[in-house]
Amino acid sequence: MARAVVTVPPKAKRGEIIEIRTLIGHTMETGFRHNNLGQLLPRDIITQFVCTYNGTEICRSDFFPAVSANPLFIFTTVATESGTLEFKWTGDNSFAHSMTAGIVVE
Amino acid sequence: MTSRRSLLIAAGALALSVRPSVSDATPAQMQDAIRKVVGDAQIQRGKVKLDLPPLIDNGNVVALAVSVDSPMTPTDYVKAIHVFNEKNPQPNIISVYLGPRAGRASITSRIRLADSQTIIAIAQLSDGSFWQTSQDVVVTIAACAEEIS
Repeated sequence: MARAVVTVPPKAKRGEIIEIRTLIGHTMETGFRHNNLGQLLPRDIITQFVCTYNGTEICRSDFFPAVSANPLFIFTTVATESGTLEFKWTGDNSFAHSMTAGIVVE
Repeated sequence: MTSRRSLLIAAGALALSVRPSVSDATPAQMQDAIRKVVGDAQIQRGKVKLDLPPLIDNGNVVALAVSVDSPMTPTDYVKAIHVFNEKNPQPNIISVYLGPRAGRASITSRIRLADSQTIIAIAQLSDGSFWQTSQDVVVTIAACAEEIS
C-alpha cells in the first residue's frame, strides 16, 4: 500500500487561492533501466493524478517516466465552498491510491 | 593458439557490445511529441515561465516549476501545461490539465533529466493559442546513469 501526504489548508476565506501539495511514495521505475543480469526492468509508474473538489475535477496530471521517484505535485485552486477534496493516483500494474482532505470555507 | 585469457577477453568484449543501450530521444522526437499535442497551431513565445536550476548536480531529482501569465477567469484561462525534453529516453515529462478553478496557473514537481539539454514548456490557453518557453540546463550526474546491483 502506498503512502501519500497531502497538504491542504484546513480553513480558507471564500475566493482565496490555496496551494495544495501532494506527495506519494512510489518507485516510478522508468522501464529503461537494467538489473545486474542485463534484463530490462519493466516500467512501473504512476500515470495519472486527479484532484476533485466536491466531485468536480479541478486538476488532472499525466506523469511520464521522467517524473522522479516519489512524485511531488503542487498546484493551486480557489476555495469556493466547504467540503472535501479527493486525490486519486492511478498507474501501471493496476496501481491505485486515493486520499481525501476536508476544507472549511468561510 | 587461443589462450584461455584471450578467449575471456573476446567474450567480455562481445558481452559489452551486445548489451542493449537505451536510445535517447532526439530533438526531432521532441518536435514530433510537441506536434502531437499542438497539432498545426502556431506556437508563440512568451507568457510561460519555466523555473529550473541552471546547474543540476543530480539529474534524478530536479525541481521544476511552471507558471503561466493568465488571469484565470472563466473566459480566459490556461487549459493545459506540457513539459518536454530532448535527451531523456522519452520526450514527454509531464502534462497538466487545469481550468479556471485553479486560480493561478502554476505547478511544481520533481523530474528526472538524463543529460544537459533544452527543456520546453508549452501552455494551451482557453482561446486555443499555444505559448512556449525554453531553458537550457547543465546536468552533472544524469538520471538512469547507475544500474541496479
